[in-house]
Amino acid sequence: MTVAPARPVAVRDGVGDSARRPDAVAKVRGEFAFSSDLGHDRMVWGATVRSPHAHARVLGVDASAALALPGVHLVLTAGDVPGVNRYGLERRDQPVLAEDLVRYIGEAVAVVAADDPELARRAAALVRVDYAELPALTDPELALSGGGPVLHEDGNLVRHLRIRRGAMPAAADIVVVTGEYEVGMQDQAFLGPESCLAVPDADDGVDLYCSTQWLHVDQDQLADCLGLPAEKVRLTLSGVGGAFGGREDLSVQAHACLLALRLGRPVKMSYGREESFVGHVHRHPARMRYEHGATRDGRLLYVKADILLDGGAYASTSAAVTGNAGCFAAGPYEVPAVEIDCRSVYTNNPPAGAMRGFGAVQVCFGHESQMDRLAAALGMDPVELRLRNAVDTGSVMATGQRVEGPAPVAELLRRVAGKPLPPPPGTDPRLLPGGMSNSTRAEGLLRGVGYGLSVKNICKSAGYDDFGTARVRVLARGGDVLAEVHTAAAEVGQGLVTVQAQIARTELGVERVTILPADTAVGDAGTSSASRQTWISGGAVRAACAAVRARLLERAAEVLGEGAEALRLESGQAVSELSGRAVPLVELLVTEIEETAVFRHRDTQPLDPETGQGDAHVAYAFAAHRAVVDVDPELGSVRVVEIACAQDVGKAINPAAVEGQMHGGIAQGLGLALMEEVKVRDGRILNPSFTDYLIPTTMDMPPTVLDILELPRADSPYGLTGVGEPPLLSAPAAVAAAIRDAVGAALDRIPVTPEAVAAAAVGR
Amino acid sequence: MQISLMVNGVSVETTVLPHVLLVDMLRDTCGLTGAKVGCGTGQCGTCVVQLGDRSVKGCQVLAVQADGAEVTTVEGVANGELTPLQQALWEEHGVQCGFCTPGMVMALTDLLEHEPAPDEQAIRAGIAGNMCRCTGYGGVLRAVRKVVGGKP
Repeated sequence: MTVAPARPVAVRDGVGDSARRPDAVAKVRGEFAFSSDLGHDRMVWGATVRSPHAHARVLGVDASAALALPGVHLVLTAGDVPGVNRYGLERRDQPVLAEDLVRYIGEAVAVVAADDPELARRAAALVRVDYAELPALTDPELALSGGGPVLHEDGNLVRHLRIRRGAMPAAADIVVVTGEYEVGMQDQAFLGPESCLAVPDADDGVDLYCSTQWLHVDQDQLADCLGLPAEKVRLTLSGVGGAFGGREDLSVQAHACLLALRLGRPVKMSYGREESFVGHVHRHPARMRYEHGATRDGRLLYVKADILLDGGAYASTSAAVTGNAGCFAAGPYEVPAVEIDCRSVYTNNPPAGAMRGFGAVQVCFGHESQMDRLAAALGMDPVELRLRNAVDTGSVMATGQRVEGPAPVAELLRRVAGKPLPPPPGTDPRLLPGGMSNSTRAEGLLRGVGYGLSVKNICKSAGYDDFGTARVRVLARGGDVLAEVHTAAAEVGQGLVTVQAQIARTELGVERVTILPADTAVGDAGTSSASRQTWISGGAVRAACAAVRARLLERAAEVLGEGAEALRLESGQAVSELSGRAVPLVELLVTEIEETAVFRHRDTQPLDPETGQGDAHVAYAFAAHRAVVDVDPELGSVRVVEIACAQDVGKAINPAAVEGQMHGGIAQGLGLALMEEVKVRDGRILNPSFTDYLIPTTMDMPPTVLDILELPRADSPYGLTGVGEPPLLSAPAAVAAAIRDAVGAALDRIPVTPEAVAAAAVGR
Repeated sequence: MQISLMVNGVSVETTVLPHVLLVDMLRDTCGLTGAKVGCGTGQCGTCVVQLGDRSVKGCQVLAVQADGAEVTTVEGVANGELTPLQQALWEEHGVQCGFCTPGMVMALTDLLEHEPAPDEQAIRAGIAGNMCRCTGYGGVLRAVRKVVGGKP
């Protein structure tokens, strides 16, 4: 053993550094394998037969014409599902393949396997399904009122959250504003459509390589659908082409496994963009009625809100989205009295579920529109009104929960409001409303400035047992120390692989860290959503590293003849703080060390079913946005000139990655504000392509001004809080407010269309 | 139909149906899965490859239209080492999920070959047909600015 004086060197690319992504080299070379890039010997292709009706009885399926095509192997229907023909994240209400009823256009009825993808699609088109059409329920208000058909056994109400707190004040000398607002259906529009490869195994099980946000919840559902024990359904995460909530629910996974197990051959499935639009859930469209009451000097007295979310044909995560929309309906403000009713209903529209922001985005447009309306009614500056009512540490939220930890809402707003304003519009038409369509010479343009403040929960809420698991192994290899980190946490683009490696480097003082592929061979990591993975799986990696470190220090203590409590790990050595002596870790690793740890955040409680009161959330995160727009009032075209965003992240584990989340969240928020809407008529998606569903490009995205606060929490690893969702939350509200400021008229629906802007401008 | 072309400097002779898209031939016949199919309708730009000396969207070109041509895919742009553009995309966090990245690399390689010193608007116009859903283009634009002007 070598015992030497310590060499104090900080580890590179540890916590707090803008470490580069370990997977980016393969990605820039085009060598990173997304699920759509996978292949296998003897592989065949699956395709899906989908319902053309929003609501219909299935009378029969005739696959004979499809099966007569050479190269078509198999057609499966509901009767071929060996286990329970139901899946779903909150309630198992959705059939893997429809039985006697279809409830939305695009619902899967049969699956086909054939030699190549084109043949599989042709065969799917030849599967004849006889339907008897039923009246379709596509209006959520009608679903709520009890009109129209009943779509599920328990009725059409998915959830009603009632929140009641404080006494409504008497009517004297109160300034009251009311408003009705709508948010359209947004698509996650991840760029890599749904795809997977299912490979049957000799043990009658299946190995599934897929894109998902949560391997273990897929495994649970698949095992039940396939009638197999969980250990025979093994999942490995493939390259994931973005997620944003749209990969929480199953899509191709069960269908590919069914075909593969029945055929005894590997099966690949890969959607095109049009199929992807019915292949995953969307953001809930929302209708919101608000009433705010305040004193003449701008103190909020009460908020009433009535919110209706269209959940579509199946539950997915509608109940939790309803919970969030209700909890955050009043926004990040101190309000003595609230009366909030938030409901979600089943309809025959495409199912709605998780998307980045998860209910908080919709209500943010509502509460921020109301704050502007109230400011106007009071003759008060909208920033001042918000500052006067902003929550802070110790404030009580609408659910009665006291805000613990940093809540710098006022500071975030002051920061965006204090940024210098961009210069007035120039003459380059690409930077004016209408952009490359070259539709204005800047004559008559109106400039507007708008603000948005937002709040959302981080991690899972309301009593959910939320945890992550990590296995960390250290070993000596080639005279160097290597740490391997193994979790089931889904890298979906957000950079989890980077932060896991950074945490291991910091905790172990080791530079070489390998992140093993995520799979179900290690314990559950929970979902890559709710802005929770750096906290939870990061916490698990940190805990597993601490266990490994303790064993390394025990070994070092023996070698050095000193107590382990005086030793620490640094730069590949164990160092004594007392004697200054050190021993290289390589020499302690004659046998490797492996530890697995589970990490949980503190418990939360469900909300009271009558009053909606309770400590339901682990933590709140906050963001502030300021948008500056130029508007061409004749054409209604809008150019976003600049967006500023300030966000408290507790601790930026990787500052460049935090900025990346902020840029990306702002872009999705700008999209929802101005252009992104899945248009649904009579249950049918009218624009299932990127020709007609528009997402922001480089020509739409303005310069951004980012401000990252790092006020550490006491209850999270390194003081961090979740980062992914807040930068989206209040971006749409700020853009809409800026347009209103420009045209001087109400705009109560997002996305704000040119028609609405032009009409508002005329009517002002 | 019988076609012959050069793909990343390698001669390819193959038979394709007349309606097969260039991107599908590259992925399925040549096994080059760097170019992606994100939309299939020419909007997203994940399928961009170089055909002759200009970049094209591989879902908007038939394989037979590449007969006799030289095609370069993202797998063929680097000679061993990363190109300065690829290196900058890595360093400047211009990559998140990475699904758009091959198309970004190809469209920007084309831009920088034909316009070595593009200004901000020319950079943006050069990838106006390449959607990214993760980065909001922040890291991508920083990377290009770094290649062009030495700083992000």
